[in-house]
Amino acid sequence: MKPPPFTYHDPRSIDDAVGLLAEKDNAKILAGGQSLMPMLNMRFVLPDDVIDINLIEELSYIREDGDALVFGGMTRQRDIEFSELVARRCPLMKEAILNVGHRQTRNRGTYGGSLSHLDPSAELPSVSMAQDATVTVRKKGGSREIAMADFPMAYMTPSFDLDEMVTGIRVPLWPEGHGYGFVEFARRHGDFAMASSAVLLDVGAGGRIERASVTVGGVGPSPLRVTAVEDALTGETGSAELFTEIAEKCREIDAMEDVYAPAWYRQHLAAVLTRRALGKAFSRAANGTEMNLR
Amino acid sequence: MSDRRTVSVTVNGQSYEREVETRLTLADFLRHELLLTGTHVGCEHGVCGACTILLDGITARSCLMLAVQANGHEITTIEGIAPNEDELHPLQQAFQDNHGLQCGFCTPGMLTTLLEFLRDNPDPTEREVREAISGNLCRCTGYQGIVNAALDAAKRLQAQSGD
Amino acid sequence: MGAKMFGARVPRLEDPRLLTGRGSYTDDFHLHGMLEAAFVRSPHSHAKIRAIDKSAALAHSGVVAVYTAQDLPTHLRDQTVPFQVPNPAISQPFQQRLLEDREVCFAGEPIALVVAESRYAAEDAATLVEVDYEILPGASDAKEALAEGAPLCHAGSPNNEGAKYTVGYGDLDAAFSGAHLVHREEFWIHRGGGFAIENRAVVAEYDELRDMVTIWSATQSPFLVKQNVVDMLGWESDRVRVIAPDVGGGFGPKTVYYVEEALIPVVAKELGRPVKWIEDRRENFLATNMERDQYWDMEIAVDADGKLRGVRGRMIHDTGAYMPWGIISPYISATTVPGPYVLPAYKLETRVALTNKVAVTPVRGAGRPQAVFAMERLMDRAAEKLGMDRAEIRRRNLIPTEEMPYSLGLIFRDGKPMTYDSGDYPKCQAEALRIGDYDGFRARQEAARAEGRNIGIGIANYVEGTGLGPFEGATVRVQPSGRICVYTGGGDSGQGHWTTLAQVCADKFGVDISEVDVQTGDTGTIASGVGTFASRIAVNAGSSVHLAANEVREKAIKVASHLLEAAEEDLDIEDGRVVVKGTDQSVGLAEIARAVQGMPGFSLPGGVEPGLEATHYFSPSQSSYCNGTAVVEVEVDIETGHVEILNYAMAHDSGTLINPFVVDGQVQGAVAHGVGNSLLEWMHYDDNANPVSATFAEYLLPSAPETPNVDVVHVESPTPINPLGVKGAGEGGTIPSAAAIAAAIEDALSPFEVEISGAPVTPDMIVGKIRAA
Repeated sequence: MKPPPFTYHDPRSIDDAVGLLAEKDNAKILAGGQSLMPMLNMRFVLPDDVIDINLIEELSYIREDGDALVFGGMTRQRDIEFSELVARRCPLMKEAILNVGHRQTRNRGTYGGSLSHLDPSAELPSVSMAQDATVTVRKKGGSREIAMADFPMAYMTPSFDLDEMVTGIRVPLWPEGHGYGFVEFARRHGDFAMASSAVLLDVGAGGRIERASVTVGGVGPSPLRVTAVEDALTGETGSAELFTEIAEKCREIDAMEDVYAPAWYRQHLAAVLTRRALGKAFSRAANGTEMNLR
Repeated sequence: MSDRRTVSVTVNGQSYEREVETRLTLADFLRHELLLTGTHVGCEHGVCGACTILLDGITARSCLMLAVQANGHEITTIEGIAPNEDELHPLQQAFQDNHGLQCGFCTPGMLTTLLEFLRDNPDPTEREVREAISGNLCRCTGYQGIVNAALDAAKRLQAQSGD
Repeated sequence: MGAKMFGARVPRLEDPRLLTGRGSYTDDFHLHGMLEAAFVRSPHSHAKIRAIDKSAALAHSGVVAVYTAQDLPTHLRDQTVPFQVPNPAISQPFQQRLLEDREVCFAGEPIALVVAESRYAAEDAATLVEVDYEILPGASDAKEALAEGAPLCHAGSPNNEGAKYTVGYGDLDAAFSGAHLVHREEFWIHRGGGFAIENRAVVAEYDELRDMVTIWSATQSPFLVKQNVVDMLGWESDRVRVIAPDVGGGFGPKTVYYVEEALIPVVAKELGRPVKWIEDRRENFLATNMERDQYWDMEIAVDADGKLRGVRGRMIHDTGAYMPWGIISPYISATTVPGPYVLPAYKLETRVALTNKVAVTPVRGAGRPQAVFAMERLMDRAAEKLGMDRAEIRRRNLIPTEEMPYSLGLIFRDGKPMTYDSGDYPKCQAEALRIGDYDGFRARQEAARAEGRNIGIGIANYVEGTGLGPFEGATVRVQPSGRICVYTGGGDSGQGHWTTLAQVCADKFGVDISEVDVQTGDTGTIASGVGTFASRIAVNAGSSVHLAANEVREKAIKVASHLLEAAEEDLDIEDGRVVVKGTDQSVGLAEIARAVQGMPGFSLPGGVEPGLEATHYFSPSQSSYCNGTAVVEVEVDIETGHVEILNYAMAHDSGTLINPFVVDGQVQGAVAHGVGNSLLEWMHYDDNANPVSATFAEYLLPSAPETPNVDVVHVESPTPINPLGVKGAGEGGTIPSAAAIAAAIEDALSPFEVEISGAPVTPDMIVGKIRAA
């Protein structure tokens, strides 16, 4: 299990990196390396060129920009975990990031890398989906924004082209006092989840749900917004009964099946975890009420 | 024909410079170029954690880094933890006193992981210790001795810093 | 006299080296001019090989040689791995060739060996070896493999039955016809591997001047490696030295001899340069032996008062494609069923199925976890149907201590009638129930249910034959410096032999264990040895150290009596010195050791033989039977199916303890292995026996948050079989684990009347059963 031969590049700017991407036919971007390196060691990928973007300083940042947080593609999961800004303005992301791998992998793993790898169970793509993030991808000669809703193309396949790379993520923020809940079920601590649910609730006076965002990970080929649940919640008054009933709609999600879990079980988990995440989110919302739907 | 680069690193306070293939992993570089064989390789796909080292003071899996990526950085491995030839670091001593190792193969990763963890969390709970080492597999101990060692080391380190 | 070392809870001598990165594992060797090897392995579970083209690989930069079967020395081309433990029950003892070029029978079977200047170059070239395969259907599931018309594991063989045998005793018909209750149930236990964190590894060097091959191998059994190298390659025994250096975990699979341990020395000798092969984790998943897959169809007969009348049934054992260790694992399974109970009649028919998977040989527990699972689940069912408490039905059937030694009426795998040598089974169960607070559990359960939490408790008992022969030896030598050396043949893979054997030795000389250097696993240091498996080192090597050290002690006193001009009976040994009792006269071990080196031209004092040393080989008359009880409390999340272990109590009787600290560690580690087998570890194969789980992200080992703390209580029933009274302790923790955890899960889910009849128990299985209930 040793990486195959390749030519290594370590550009210092985004321009140089996308220049190389344009020039090289069979190149791979090396960000945090937590997914690409195992695949190289196992020779599941055989790139002629590896473009290491770890030395591009302009790719690593977390900033507040109006009603959004913006992140560089090389921002490490560790930086998100310890960011006061993220904890304060985007608590769903903070809660989710603690489920990402282990200390050692979060120290190296990056936001852009997680999005580009697009494991259906990965936490950061789920949160990005839940927050209606937009992803900036760049290639030689220009950049474009891809709404998270359009970002997954297929199982573990994002919709950007081979000569493009993720340079930034814009995560719109929910108003102060919103409710949030990220719940996942993994076989072991730090494993990719069998399923997860990321919920955001904007709760008005009297517990009325003004806006809801519900994303299920690990069930379909990529994280999925469950609009049936969101629509059913909007305008209703939050309650344990309501959440229990509406979460059941998750059983209708078209689920993957493999040797590790049957489809029905993933659908079942989606319903259970969504109910739990709704309970958490509603409890945390300024206008919500405490409930334990565990 | 192979792509090569010169790598300069400081490992356990000592500077090294080697010209190596760019595809060489950092784990193989430490073990087979620098002959620092205390860092172990157990899976080469980033799950077992035996190859964990400290890169500029924070942990990384050295099987998931290329040696070239460590160029210009400071690395600490298991060989660099003890204060001198004759003495063990309090964490190492706690491992011996609590039977925190059997075959010793996962030990380098356990020690580096816990060094970082105890620095950032000087007074942890058992649950926190267990989560901290969740990315390090041990097949011998059932983790009980390791967890006890970490909790014991936290006490020793606190007593030491309180002196 | 120094503090007594034997029995003391002392920290290990091994640790300072290992904690500072100064261990020396096989991959840590960097010999001058060393080459590295990589294998081309079959990607198919079953295929005919039409052609192999190695030309591109040979031309690759850095490649020194590429071997296929036809490139091996003539006498090795069709050579197979020696059949270790023959048994007349085995009808088709297929063994693996060094390299295969006709028919591969499991995914991972080696076809070619590439030797290059680096492992990187060797792997590059391995991908360039072109093999033309004709893919054949594979036998995957053991039960299906024995069915009529199943795909054949080996083309041209009559069927997939590798062996068939029946064990038993007593009048089954009478037992079942007169029974108050008969219950029949099928059980299934899935396979699991050893998965030491260090993979297998071999380095070989040929020294032309001395005509000597040295092999370093990450093995549990360097003497078995040597014996097989000699048998297989035809080399002279005194030209081969095998060393097991530091070994990063064994757990059974590193006991067995593998083709790589023959090939690497062969090519090192051919090429005249040292060659290293380090198994990588993918190879480990494919080509290192595993164990456990068994199907059981069992029936139990009991009286109204819960007394056992008989157990009978059939078992199918999956042995993989080859049988290097014959039927050792399934035979142990068959003889483990009666366990600690008075069982008047028993019969088990076993069929061993050949499947297109890597060979099955013992993994920690060795056939016992499966048997205990079947028996203990039957006991639970009987209790349930009789409305009796699960602990009570067991208590009523335990063999009373006063009946020890107890003869079962079965022949064990050591060829000896099974006679339990010692043990206090009622006390062991009672102790486990006490530390697991079994009596308080129903109140806890009621309180938990009131909060909507589902908790349950499970119990399992086992008896395990340990300390198997034939022998292990030890040399004890006092060096001229006065330091004491102990040499023994079995390798250490984490068991702490440096410490425990030093403890056995140190007291004989009244010294601290730091005065004793133990060297293990080197065929160059002692003439004969066997290996570290079957929980046998404390018994065999420990007893040998005891006997050899006693002899050295006697010799030291004899020589000292001349040096001190005192009668032997007036002498004693304290702090490494022979003293004349009640005086300040003494002589140190160093001085005595030098005295028996002799002086040119002078006789040795007292006419003794030279050297302050002795060698003993202890050979036990039979196995010593250790036993234990696990009591496990779990909480089940009925929505996700997640199982959390809340409390794990284990009463363990491995006879006299040399170092309770080390034994605790053995039990805790063995329990973790059992937890993996119970809840996490699953090696998936497709219908053709191609492995699907070949990474640690797919095959789940227990990590720290999933592994419970184990409360261990030691019951000490010394065995009369060896002079130390010790029994083996390395596997006991694993053996009852799956049975106890399954029982606890079932108990937690009792409102849903869910039955657990197999392991591992996965979350989707639990939710599925609840929903079906």
